[in-house]
Amino acid sequence: MAAFGTGASRQLQGRGGSPGFRFTLYALLSIVVMFLDERSHWLENARYVLQAAAYPIQLAVSSPSAAVSWLQQSFATRDALQSENNRLRSQQREIEMRDMRFEALQKENAELRGLREALPPVADRWEVAEVVNVQLNSLRQRVLLNRGTSNGVFKGQAVMDEKGLLGQTLHVGPWSAEVILITDPEHAVPVEIERNGLKTIAVGAGDTASLALPYLPANADVKTGDLLVTSGLGGVFPAGYPVARVAEVRRDAVQPLAQIRATPLAHIDIDREAMLVWFREEHPAAPGTVGMTDTAKGNAKMHPLAAPARPAPDHAVGSEAGAASAATSQPTPAASLSKPKPSAPRATEPPAPRTTEPPAPRATEHASPEPAASQPAPRRKAPVAAPPAESAPESAPESPASNAAASSPPEQQ
Amino acid sequence: MNSEPRFRMILTTLVALILSVLPLPPWLEPARPAFLVLTVLYWSIAAPRAGGIALGWFGGLALDVFQGPVLGQHALALAFITYICVREHQKIRSKPAFQQALIVFAALTIYEFIVFAIDGWSGHPMTSPARWLHTVTSAMIWPFAAAFLTHRYGRSS
Repeated sequence: MAAFGTGASRQLQGRGGSPGFRFTLYALLSIVVMFLDERSHWLENARYVLQAAAYPIQLAVSSPSAAVSWLQQSFATRDALQSENNRLRSQQREIEMRDMRFEALQKENAELRGLREALPPVADRWEVAEVVNVQLNSLRQRVLLNRGTSNGVFKGQAVMDEKGLLGQTLHVGPWSAEVILITDPEHAVPVEIERNGLKTIAVGAGDTASLALPYLPANADVKTGDLLVTSGLGGVFPAGYPVARVAEVRRDAVQPLAQIRATPLAHIDIDREAMLVWFREEHPAAPGTVGMTDTAKGNAKMHPLAAPARPAPDHAVGSEAGAASAATSQPTPAASLSKPKPSAPRATEPPAPRTTEPPAPRATEHASPEPAASQPAPRRKAPVAAPPAESAPESAPESPASNAAASSPPEQQ
Repeated sequence: MNSEPRFRMILTTLVALILSVLPLPPWLEPARPAFLVLTVLYWSIAAPRAGGIALGWFGGLALDVFQGPVLGQHALALAFITYICVREHQKIRSKPAFQQALIVFAALTIYEFIVFAIDGWSGHPMTSPARWLHTVTSAMIWPFAAAFLTHRYGRSS
């Protein structure tokens, strides 16, 4: 080692300038690269190429574990295979039985909605992808799938397993796609509680086993065991797919918000396979459209009863109207206690403006949704769930006020 | 003579990159030593003119492709500590292994701080204290890594 000595340091000056000069060059280069990558999307192509270049290494790294699982599969005993076969067969029977009902229900649903033909399912096609067993980042919840743009995968595509939602694609290469899981702290899913249609956001908690619901008030109607399904807002996931089950609800008298944890339904840490799903864009439940899908779904429970505890001046008028309309057409008063304050005023919003709402929430949800940025989306659209009868004439004059409230959401958290 | 160390350097850096993306059980992951950083630091101390800052930058860029939220983040951090080590390589080289490990620990702390700061500025904050754990484990395996690299790839003199 010592053989370099002084001769080496003299040569340091010779090639490409002094270390300080070279470091300055490289530092500037990396700052430019960071800026371009973060602020503009000029580097998408470069990332694409780099991801393609990285894929062989990632495959090589994951090959030992893939070989082990292949060996395990090929040396599985007859008993194990038979029991698995039996299990799958009974499962298939169950699914077929449910499918029979599904056809009938779909027809019935279409009739109820006055559609002439039953709609096709919202999922157009799906493709099973394998998880490449590579450590992407120990502190962030990311996985790599072995499907890329050559299979039609696009950025911001929903990824699921058979139990529930897994995440969405973040960077897509030609043969691989990096997926951000719903448990990543940078990820937020707009969800609703299936029992009562209460909409909120589920934010990743950073470990594989939990999601947090940080934006529900302490008096929200949430119970342990509640199923959370996607609400269809945010523009990535379609409505109605199961996400998680509420595992723990803590209400602290001091805190205005409840501390709620939910366990994701998808087997996030052990899954070897995931499904990339393509959705029909014209379908009403598709993520891109501002859906009217859940108007028929009994969200009448969401009507506000009480006036907000701390009415901000700009939506106080709206909330009075909301209370009034709730008093006139309130089917289930007990459940309505749960309605969080900020969305109460906007329950009176007439249906017309919400169809013209800009796709802004879609954009915030897409790549790396920060909770603060994407949180307003469901609140703003919470009234979508209210039945149209609710937007009675008396609420029409109030719509500018409630729209104004909707367009300035952050202070209402 | 000029191309051979560079070949070794690229080979060992590639191996270190593979080691740093190898899947580990989840409880062990935060403690995974930063193999790539150690390798780059070793080469910048042992052969500053052959690799140096360019090796650090490209190694960091490879890390960015694999695990960084922003391209150029690890590249900048690694280029910076490589620059320090290239500048001070004679002093570091003459130190005993334990002191070298301390220096490596300091360099890794700077490295992780730069990555941490860029995480925050670019809007991907990650404040878990587990992210600092690898500086300790990396410093602990530095004497062994350096001895191994010297034995396998370093000069025999």
